[in-house]
Amino acid sequence: MSEIKKIKNLKEFSTSADRFEGANLLCPGCAHSIIVREVLNATNDDLVLAASTGCLEVCTAVYPYTSWDASWIHIGFENGSTAVAGAEAMHKALKTKGRLKQPDRNPKFVAFGGDGASYDIGFQWISGCFERGHDMMYVVLDNEVYANTGGQRSSSTPIGSSATTSPAGRVSYGEKQNKKDMMAIMAAHGSPYVAQVSPNKWKDMVKKIQHGMSVEGPVFINAVSACTTEWKFAPEDTMAITDLATDSLVFPLYEIINGTELNITYRPKNVVPVEEYLAAQGRFKHLFKDEYKYLIKEWQERVDAKWDYLQRREEARV
Amino acid sequence: MAFDKMELRDVEVWDGNFAAAQAMRQVQIDVVAAYPITPSTPIVEGYAKFLADGYVEGEFVMVESEHAAMSGCIGASAAGGRVATATSSQGFALMVETLYQASGMRLPIILNVVNRALAAPLNVNGDHSDMYLGRDSGWIQLDAYSPQEAYDLNFIAFRVAEDHDVRLPCMVHQDGFMTSHTAQGVNTLTDDQAYGFVGDFKPMNDMLDFDHPVTHGVQTEEDWHFEHKARQHNDLMTKVLPKVQAAFDDFEALTGRKYNIVESYDMDDADVAVICMGTSVETAREVAKEMRTQGIKAGVVGLRVFRPFPFEQIKEALKGAKAIATLDRSSPNGAPGALFNEIAGTLYNTESRALLSGYVYGLGGRDLTKQHLVDLYTELQANVDAGKVTTPLQQFIGVRGPKLAFL
Repeated sequence: MSEIKKIKNLKEFSTSADRFEGANLLCPGCAHSIIVREVLNATNDDLVLAASTGCLEVCTAVYPYTSWDASWIHIGFENGSTAVAGAEAMHKALKTKGRLKQPDRNPKFVAFGGDGASYDIGFQWISGCFERGHDMMYVVLDNEVYANTGGQRSSSTPIGSSATTSPAGRVSYGEKQNKKDMMAIMAAHGSPYVAQVSPNKWKDMVKKIQHGMSVEGPVFINAVSACTTEWKFAPEDTMAITDLATDSLVFPLYEIINGTELNITYRPKNVVPVEEYLAAQGRFKHLFKDEYKYLIKEWQERVDAKWDYLQRREEARV
Repeated sequence: MAFDKMELRDVEVWDGNFAAAQAMRQVQIDVVAAYPITPSTPIVEGYAKFLADGYVEGEFVMVESEHAAMSGCIGASAAGGRVATATSSQGFALMVETLYQASGMRLPIILNVVNRALAAPLNVNGDHSDMYLGRDSGWIQLDAYSPQEAYDLNFIAFRVAEDHDVRLPCMVHQDGFMTSHTAQGVNTLTDDQAYGFVGDFKPMNDMLDFDHPVTHGVQTEEDWHFEHKARQHNDLMTKVLPKVQAAFDDFEALTGRKYNIVESYDMDDADVAVICMGTSVETAREVAKEMRTQGIKAGVVGLRVFRPFPFEQIKEALKGAKAIATLDRSSPNGAPGALFNEIAGTLYNTESRALLSGYVYGLGGRDLTKQHLVDLYTELQANVDAGKVTTPLQQFIGVRGPKLAFL
């Protein structure tokens, strides 16, 4: 990696030259743009970017405009990963053949996808890229719902959430399945680096992105992306909701190196009850009815069990 | 160069698959992303072996599906280099979404399509269902009738697709098993001749030019989508055929082998004509020759370029014919047949308004025999003599059970 940005504080970080323009059509309060900016700001290297179909894609490359001041490609809903893998293969081929226009440059290949594009429809393509070991980073903007198409459930949608295809109703508490554990699945691919990040913990995120870009091979980053529209909270509360997500340990921040070495990278000083995280969002409102309160208890038990599991794995180094 | 050249004899015995693989080696592709499917598998196997033996340099990405194969080709092509792959049938069908994206992004990818039926029922043998499935995808479609042509048309494909005035992806079709697995003598080009004919790849709007970042695959809605599609269509309609013709001319100068956008056989004075694609063209030529000995003035028109559809050349080729049969090698699935419709549309405003009838043949690899064509020409002559179409508009050739005829 060429010289890494020397970032001392948030102000410098937020005002440093970046390659994702503020001019875009994302909702006010959308965490996507914050995450993308933090990822791109973590490196000075040239970038080849891809996005799968989703909020990020439809809001940032509406012809004749583009929000991207770096090479960027979109193919379809499912294949952002393979688009970048193809470009990475071409870079390798042209390097071998001595035909790179700028052989002294050291590009990084990064694909962005939402949870639908990553956990569901695009899963096969990501799995293929990781099995083949392309030198690339795949970043999930995980807002736990098909937000771009109006709030349908994905396999990242957490249990008890009300989504348009798993709505809470007179006889239903909404989504019935547990969220898919993509971190474990991607680590099992033998990825050299897998990490869960959150935009409110920006130093932690930058560190992880920089680590991911410094290793060779496919890197998976799962970024929590609070969605004002589908999670149903006020646009100005994005970071407050995200704080609740990390501090309640609903989204624990950790990394897995080489598929085995697990490190917890953020331990909240005061762990917030899961109930507070759920209460702050309209998508869980119905859980506070008497008949569904047991679900909140179950939520807390699941989060506690996962946290316990992560700590045991960290300790065991397996 | 860091790879070894291959010494070829002037004539090699190759099947259509190996001929295509050799062409891919000789033009020195930068990235191949592929997923195997019968009957096209030996093309990428051949390419992989060339790579393993040091006869070609580049990246071979063995992906997990045909959809990913074309996705990888799109990413690689957008990064600025020479890209090709191969597929058939179900794999082609899985690729279809990405085929539109490749042409919409104006990426000069070459796809060798070994034509095969589409399931269900599952069938590994040849028909043109996949070729027709790709006909609206914005790709140039060239059709080879033999291993020699599968080899030669690859060079034409790269040259036309990568031309900066064209910048459109191109398919080279050949018939499953009949061409792909039938070995014949193939006249070869030397590695230098072949590479020289196609030339170095010249990137345009490539993602690896970091001083000029580009955005590929934008979103357009009602305000721009129409203009993009219309421009792409315009370039297909106006630019491609002259470029193909120029490439054919140069290829003839290099090799002596002459290709035409529409291949006319004995059409100068033909009363009855068959129009078809693929290996059936050669069979029809043989039969037409025999019909002439019986006093029937028979001719054959073979489509060499299926997309863009060569309206003017077809009109010219068919202008003297009194009765014409279209041969569709694809299940019409509720219509008179794709080729029938296109030929009917082409001829509607011509003065001759020849008698037109449509035949469906050879689905799933069923043979088209010479006798089938003798019967067909005889029917056409009967139509000519009667001055009207005396047979049904659509007939099925050689299907077992009750005779199938419609309309």
